Amino acid sequence: MLDTTARNTLPLAPGVGYKPQHFTDILESPGPVRWLEIHAENYMGDGGRPIAQIRHLAERFPISVHGVGLSIGGEAPLDPDHLARLARLVGWLNPASFSEHLAWSTHDTEFLNDLLPLPYTEETLARVCSHIDQVQEALGRQMLLENPSTYLAFAESAMSETDFLREIARRTGCGLLLDVNNVFVATTNQQTDPNAYIAEFPLDLVGEIHLGGHDEQVDEYGDPLLIDSHGTEVVDPVWKLYAETISLMGPRPTLIEWDTDVPDWSVLAAEADRAATILAPARKAALQ
Amino acid sequence: MKPTNKTILATAVAAALVSVGATGMASAQDGKEKCFGVSMAGQNDCAAGPGTTCAGTSTVDYQGNAWKLVDAGTCESMELPDGRMGSLEALDRDLPA
Amino acid sequence: MNVDQHAFRSAILDPTAHVPDGLVDPKGRAAGKRFDVYRNNVIVSLSNALAEAFPAIQKLLGPNNFSILAGHFVRAHPPRSPLIALYGDAMPAFLETFEPVQKLGYLPDVARLELALRQSYHAADSQPVDPALLQQIPPDRLPAARLILAPAMRLVASDWPIAAIWKFNMANGPKPAMRPETALVTRPEFDPGVEALTPAGGAFVSALAARQTLGDALATASGRDPAFDLMPTLGALIAGGAITAIEEE
Repeated sequence: MLDTTARNTLPLAPGVGYKPQHFTDILESPGPVRWLEIHAENYMGDGGRPIAQIRHLAERFPISVHGVGLSIGGEAPLDPDHLARLARLVGWLNPASFSEHLAWSTHDTEFLNDLLPLPYTEETLARVCSHIDQVQEALGRQMLLENPSTYLAFAESAMSETDFLREIARRTGCGLLLDVNNVFVATTNQQTDPNAYIAEFPLDLVGEIHLGGHDEQVDEYGDPLLIDSHGTEVVDPVWKLYAETISLMGPRPTLIEWDTDVPDWSVLAAEADRAATILAPARKAALQ
Repeated sequence: MKPTNKTILATAVAAALVSVGATGMASAQDGKEKCFGVSMAGQNDCAAGPGTTCAGTSTVDYQGNAWKLVDAGTCESMELPDGRMGSLEALDRDLPA
Repeated sequence: MNVDQHAFRSAILDPTAHVPDGLVDPKGRAAGKRFDVYRNNVIVSLSNALAEAFPAIQKLLGPNNFSILAGHFVRAHPPRSPLIALYGDAMPAFLETFEPVQKLGYLPDVARLELALRQSYHAADSQPVDPALLQQIPPDRLPAARLILAPAMRLVASDWPIAAIWKFNMANGPKPAMRPETALVTRPEFDPGVEALTPAGGAFVSALAARQTLGDALATASGRDPAFDLMPTLGALIAGGAITAIEEE
């Protein structure tokens, strides 16, 4: 078990997913944005502009490194080369936090570039825990594991997602990244209650929150099918769920994710502002 | 008399330096400007290549479409005298998906 | 019914495959459109990645043609690494064998150039040497000197005018004229640029990259073209900040 005092040190304030086109805006008018999140895999080259930009931004902002390629839920062993690249990045950048997903993306040596779903069984649990142990060992720090957006279920699943995540955290000492939009997307798609999900979630283990936009579709039976597309504003029901979650657990570092059709900086900053207005009273209450 | 290697090299070095001096070496910018760069101004950092994603898509395009000539690219407009650069005209036929 | 990842992966990449049993909707019905979300996520995200990776190929073929080609490529050559920025090293060979584009003989080399540009963009930083140092070497010692080249420098030799084709599509260059070119990619600061070298110029730089002396590299290039003019090639290396050190015996 890892030393859990090495917790993430992100501020209890809004951050945004970093996009290179916002480099100058972030430095000149950060607004309410206090920290930035990068995708680990975009900064694993040997040099050039991406790394120069992050070195520059890291002088002013705490950075959260968010991996999208480890395939922690993969049936195969973790890719040792990729783990080494990650350790190198975390080594020189010394980010305020590292997080990854409860999902798989690599099969044999093929990387499928999506966060694919897992059955919640004892077998998956053992595998995921062993992979997380390996990651925390390699990085020498605690990681946060993010709840997924899911579009279907596995008939073989034997436990709830919240129980599954709680047990992973208990066995490995990892923290959790609570993506509130993913909760809304997954519970809508699974036709369960998002508030019940939050009530069952081990909120004391949450080190970071994600918020993002989604698209609305229907399946072949006319049932709602939400897609976690990160290409629009966060919708009102997700803001409401976020505010209720914050009132239950207190303030947490909160990320606005916008990955497709990335808007002007002012639009992102306005989303961060909305998170700030929800965080501010919670922060005040937490101090009392 | 055929010039020697050393003469050719010395002459080329001198000439190359003059030519570069005329156009100027890449100017030294400060950290922030250098990080952002000229190509970033248009948000189109072509050479960067694609980034990662952790988002899904609503676009439906998984079926694996058969090849069919659906639009024209710039290859159409690059006629060369010897005709070796053809257009896509002859390609309008189906391939198995 | 347990679903292993091999079955999941096969059904993702094969649109005609049956969705594995055991994947269900909230009412326990077999997942149909719900599974297709994952199919779309994989194929569309990787096709989009290829469009960003090969913008000149996309312009040459047209965006819709490219999208169809990308769908075929993704299924034949899924990424072998999570470093999506460098995805597509199998594209040149794929274009050589993908029948509908056979007639466009230059496509594979344009794809090689686009790969080289991305590799250059993400390559290690280096400090160019002060070019005046070259001139301070006495002519007698120049033939034995070696030039050390930047990690971000790349060469793509072609029977086609690939640098001109790339500039025509990506940098408002004039219509290309038929001639063989070796594209030289250099990266002063952080933005890679493309220059056309003659095949002999390409041979010269290639010899330098293989640690040949200036004299030997010149002999290699002159062997290829007795009229080889060294000046433009050397000028392109200096202007591109591609010389990082000069070694003398």
